[in-house]
Amino acid sequence: MADVNRGNRPLSPHLTVYRPQLTSVTSILVRITGNAIVIAALLIVWWFLAASTSAEYFAVADGVLTSWFGDLVMVLSLWGLWYHTLGGVRHLIWDNAVGLDLPTAEKLGWAAIGGSAVLTVLTLLVI
Amino acid sequence: MRYLTDRKRAVGWGSAKTGTAHFWVMKVSSAGLLVLIPLFLLTFAPMLGQDFETVSAYYERPFPAIVAALTLWVGFMHFKDGVQVLIEDYVHGTAQKILIIAMICLSYAAAATGLFAIARLAL
Repeated sequence: MADVNRGNRPLSPHLTVYRPQLTSVTSILVRITGNAIVIAALLIVWWFLAASTSAEYFAVADGVLTSWFGDLVMVLSLWGLWYHTLGGVRHLIWDNAVGLDLPTAEKLGWAAIGGSAVLTVLTLLVI
Repeated sequence: MRYLTDRKRAVGWGSAKTGTAHFWVMKVSSAGLLVLIPLFLLTFAPMLGQDFETVSAYYERPFPAIVAALTLWVGFMHFKDGVQVLIEDYVHGTAQKILIIAMICLSYAAAATGLFAIARLAL
């Protein structure tokens, strides 16, 4: 094992050689949305902490979360939350080894994209 | 072999030996969040932008307070296990370990802060 070449070896082609496909893009989006919405989650924790402290502190936190920038973050996170939720449902279905064939996987992908947009608009309208 | 369940045959394999437990924890928390997230949106979203008195009175009620506490706790535990996989895929060596520890600490800190705040609001 002493003389094994551990660096500088030819590598087999990785993700970058593939053309983006619906299945790969929807998969990566689940990861991005899931991790990005932690920003909104931390802001909401801050909002609760402020609400439990004093009226003045709450006005500051609530002001930040409902400013134009706060609104932007919250609306994008709302879409991210719904997309990640539907993407997660997709994974819960796949865990049973069903729906893994390409046509079904692509249909579920479009359902996650369309469904998350519809649910975001619906949430904004209803609430 | 046929006397073993599928789960039993998977336990203890892979480099970390705990992949099955990790998978199961993610599955349970995601199923829980599937119920909690709509309930949280229904209770939290109308309160965003309300005045201090309305918000304090609302979160004195058991249902909104319990839903918020559960959502933040289960959500941050789900994030803790999810972000670990993200880090393991892209960061390696010492930086990987530091980042995973930092994210675990952040998850517990945020969840504890959320629970403390909701408890103080509710009581």
